[in-house]
Amino acid sequence: MKNYRTKIISNQEISPGYYRMRILAPGFGKKARSGQFVMFRVQRSLPPLLRRPFGIFRTGFLPPDCDDMPPTEYVEILYKRVGRGTTIMAELHEGDRVELLGPLGNGFDLTSSGGEKILVGGGIGLVPLYMLASELVDNNSVRLLMGGRTRDDILAVTEFERLGVETYVSTDDGSLGEEGLVTQVLERKLQKYPDAEVFACGPMPMLKAVREKCLEYQAPLQVSLEEFMACGVGACLGCVVKGVGHTDETPSYLCTCTAGPVFKAEHLDWTGLGNNDSECGGCS
Amino acid sequence: MRPDQTTQSKRPSLAVEIAGIRLRNPVMPASGTFGYGEEYAPFLDLEDIGAIVTKGLSLKPKAGNPTPRIAETISGMLNAIGLQNVGIDAFKKHKIPFLRTLNTPVIANFFGNTLEEYGEVAERLEDIPEIVAAELNISCPNVKQGGIVFGTDPKAASEVVRLVRSKLSKPLIVKLTPNVTDITVVARAVEEAGADAICCINTLTGMSIDIRTRKPRLANRTGGLSGPAIRPIAVRMVHQVVQAVSLPVIGVGGIVRAMDALEFLIAGATAVQVGTANFVDPSAMITIINGIEEFCIEEGIDDINQLIGSLR
Repeated sequence: MKNYRTKIISNQEISPGYYRMRILAPGFGKKARSGQFVMFRVQRSLPPLLRRPFGIFRTGFLPPDCDDMPPTEYVEILYKRVGRGTTIMAELHEGDRVELLGPLGNGFDLTSSGGEKILVGGGIGLVPLYMLASELVDNNSVRLLMGGRTRDDILAVTEFERLGVETYVSTDDGSLGEEGLVTQVLERKLQKYPDAEVFACGPMPMLKAVREKCLEYQAPLQVSLEEFMACGVGACLGCVVKGVGHTDETPSYLCTCTAGPVFKAEHLDWTGLGNNDSECGGCS
Repeated sequence: MRPDQTTQSKRPSLAVEIAGIRLRNPVMPASGTFGYGEEYAPFLDLEDIGAIVTKGLSLKPKAGNPTPRIAETISGMLNAIGLQNVGIDAFKKHKIPFLRTLNTPVIANFFGNTLEEYGEVAERLEDIPEIVAAELNISCPNVKQGGIVFGTDPKAASEVVRLVRSKLSKPLIVKLTPNVTDITVVARAVEEAGADAICCINTLTGMSIDIRTRKPRLANRTGGLSGPAIRPIAVRMVHQVVQAVSLPVIGVGGIVRAMDALEFLIAGATAVQVGTANFVDPSAMITIINGIEEFCIEEGIDDINQLIGSLR
């Protein structure tokens, strides 16, 4: 991990309220694993004071401008405009200077390779699943179940398809794909593939419903969580979640930034999750 | 920070001394914003900063508060972490081995829920040779006396400092809370009780409400405000304390840039602590140290001590 003082290569709105930012980051890709994140800061901008955590969507190389130049390495994040920080980000352009701390945290555990893998993404929760899918497709059968409120919340599905991932879309209002919740689709897939391993990222109500289904079908589940955090490196202790077995007498608090953001579902105390019902920190 | 020999002779001296501890420069982290040091090792050379100040330590491990624990505010942040820490014994066992490898003074911040606990932690700190000084956090509620914060009552503050002093021969820094009517009253009380230095200020109690859910943003309802928002208050209080006592003062509150640190030094702080800025930029202290050095060169100051307390 490293603090990159770098600049933006591109920043585009890909769906109403959703953006894709590509940032120059030499050497980033070989250190990054799926499920890790970065702490992003608009350089010399105060406020917002704190960095914002963003999941890594992917890393890659741009072809050089001429033959004797090395290719340009980048990291890509997708984000939703929700508060002051992301509103400022949405207005940034190519060449604007930014800082990126990363890659941070523990990624997905891919040790049980082979077999059926089901990826469940809700809205912007899709982000960490792309790199995961690209790491899994060679040795596994990978399916993506993508849910959102409306068609606007369904992102980057064709990119998953290009990897060779089978994709299933559901929306609450039926404006794209099947009408209903992503967990309906998950239930059908778990019935069909009883040995599947599930990876999920999305809003807490979705993660809780996914976990219920996985318990019911005894499918192993890994979830990627999002919490407010100030530092991203385990110092501020602002982003803790309760671990399994947590009690007032024997407390177990796990830092989302260093013990996570990816957790095995059985390692978490699910009753304590989902207290952060604000969509943004409210610094505006 | 690594000039060749030819320029070294012209570099200003940034070394300062606080309560007998010599620091290579006056910049150190504020407790609770730098973990136990090792968290930040990937991002800066820990031997470039003046000292390391640990997360607040207690007798037993402490779980801390429910979440949400932090919220961003304008130019600041509120936190109610609840002093989560590994406890003094685990600190000694698991954190000291790393700290021992560093050629940088380690200051242990500590607290207790009762007077007795303060005393017991002090006794254990006395027995850890790697700890060069202790920083006493008196911004905690006294559980046995109805939760009145030690540091807001000059009598209680004096009592806890006196007890700790009797158990600890190492330099004792007392960190004051700003949540009082007159900080100089408490400053004088802890000076009389035997403190070797004063650190001020701790966070200011604040609150933020989500207007949509109509709930406080922190599960604890209130929390400590830190960051640039509190800096002018901190500078004022450091100035007041410097006038009120003859002890060295460590200034802390909202330092983000070198020019912020310089304000505190000019006001009379012998050293400064950087807190929230570590979260924003893990190498913030290095940028601040370099900036202080540049300022000294620009101003023709060859020893930082010429600047300290030079307020006109």
